[in-house]
Amino acid sequence: MTGRILAIVLRQWRLFSGSWPRIADLAYWPIVQILLWGFLQIHIFREAGPGAVVLSALLGAILLWDIAWRGQLSLSLAFFEEIWSRNLGHLLVSPLRPTELIGGLMIVSLVKTGVAMVPAVAIAAFAFDFNLFSLGPALYLFMIALVLFAWSISLAAMGLVVRYGQGAQEMPWAIMLGLAPFCAIYYPLEVLPAVFRWVGAGLPPSYIFEGMRDVVVQGTVDLRLIAAAFALDALWLAAGAGVFFALLGSARRRGMLLQIGE
Amino acid sequence: MSAIVVENLVKRFAGLDAVAGVSFTVERGQTVALLGGNGAGKTTTIAMILGLITPTAGRVSVLGCDMGARGASAARARMNFQSPYVDLPKRLTVRQNLDVYARLYSAPRPAERIAALAEQLALTEFLDRRTGSLSAGQATRVGLAKALINDPELLLLDEPTASLDPDTADWVRSMLEAYRNEHGAAILLASHNMAEVERLAGRVLMMKKGRIVDDAAPRELIARYGRANLEEVFLHIAREGGGERTGAPQ
Repeated sequence: MTGRILAIVLRQWRLFSGSWPRIADLAYWPIVQILLWGFLQIHIFREAGPGAVVLSALLGAILLWDIAWRGQLSLSLAFFEEIWSRNLGHLLVSPLRPTELIGGLMIVSLVKTGVAMVPAVAIAAFAFDFNLFSLGPALYLFMIALVLFAWSISLAAMGLVVRYGQGAQEMPWAIMLGLAPFCAIYYPLEVLPAVFRWVGAGLPPSYIFEGMRDVVVQGTVDLRLIAAAFALDALWLAAGAGVFFALLGSARRRGMLLQIGE
Repeated sequence: MSAIVVENLVKRFAGLDAVAGVSFTVERGQTVALLGGNGAGKTTTIAMILGLITPTAGRVSVLGCDMGARGASAARARMNFQSPYVDLPKRLTVRQNLDVYARLYSAPRPAERIAALAEQLALTEFLDRRTGSLSAGQATRVGLAKALINDPELLLLDEPTASLDPDTADWVRSMLEAYRNEHGAAILLASHNMAEVERLAGRVLMMKKGRIVDDAAPRELIARYGRANLEEVFLHIAREGGGERTGAPQ
């Protein structure tokens, strides 16, 4: 089992390490994001003065959301690479189990997310005076909770692509962006109208971003928020995996795996 | 124990039977060809044996393992396949691709196995080239190397020589014959190439509209239908609605 998971990691590493556009793409967008929002923050500070304390959480929010975004993107793209290269059929008739394939791709996703965030975190620290690690040990829990949520979205979207073909490959992006307004990324949940607050209450990132603002603004870690995020993550992951395996089964019944495409 | 046991296999897509109650066995050391026109159900049958398509009804057992059960992974370690419907990743080198599959199939001593296969399939000089840069014939040989990486007891081949020139195709057929004879492996192949089927297969399953309409050795079929070669038998069945196992159409 370990050998097969390692084989998947190795296959992805070889694909990635030999492709400078893939490497550049990994770090490029987080850097663009942090520059854009970092300069905006400087501008708002200058205009609003030091009273705008809550804005100091902005870069933390940008970086954490990028971690979730990269987590989702790197898992989805790693899976799509197998479809684009018409290799999925080979993998699915090998002794590799679908759970092992997903496990291997999750390891790849973790590594790629970590690598992608290094330049952006460094720029935030040196150019905009925001040290992500100032969030303390809670930062690691925030990151894990966000990546787990991101993977749940990826799993569901991967299932959609297996079942409905490459025409559905925008799904991971669309689902993540569609949920973003309700995730309390840049503003507290209470800003949302009551009905959307209920939506946000069901999303793990809402608790993470509320918790992150507590740490930045008040210097306190609310463990109840983190616990709520992990409890919801478990539900989202179970649902994402359920959707993936249900749609994989449907694709097998409909004979879509041999010539998966549009 | 048979290499493949297929019982009453049915696959229905949108109300139409792609495979309509097929039963056959393939013994170890035997090469069996699925022969039929486009849409006859050959590829669907192979895909159900591989587990890529879930049958509507029926049962598939490979090397003693029920392919509908959890034990299918164990059977997959002892079989392999090649098909024009799938590729190996083009950006990886030949060696890298074969190494990944050697690991997936838990092949012992992967480096030695890859070197031996490369020599056998005349791929040594291409091992460190990107798979996507190879000609169609070279890529087919790489696909065969992948299919043999785990010394499979059962080999499923869909159009194994489709993109090869006659000389290379002949060479590949010799290689497959040698592999079967040396390893006692079973081979199930789907092909439109009658010369290939006559050369490789000890038994032919003629398929039409999802059914096996005849099942015999190539020479038997030729004699039974009173034709000069297998291609004429194929054309007769395809055009004139053969398929009565007892009849000998003129």
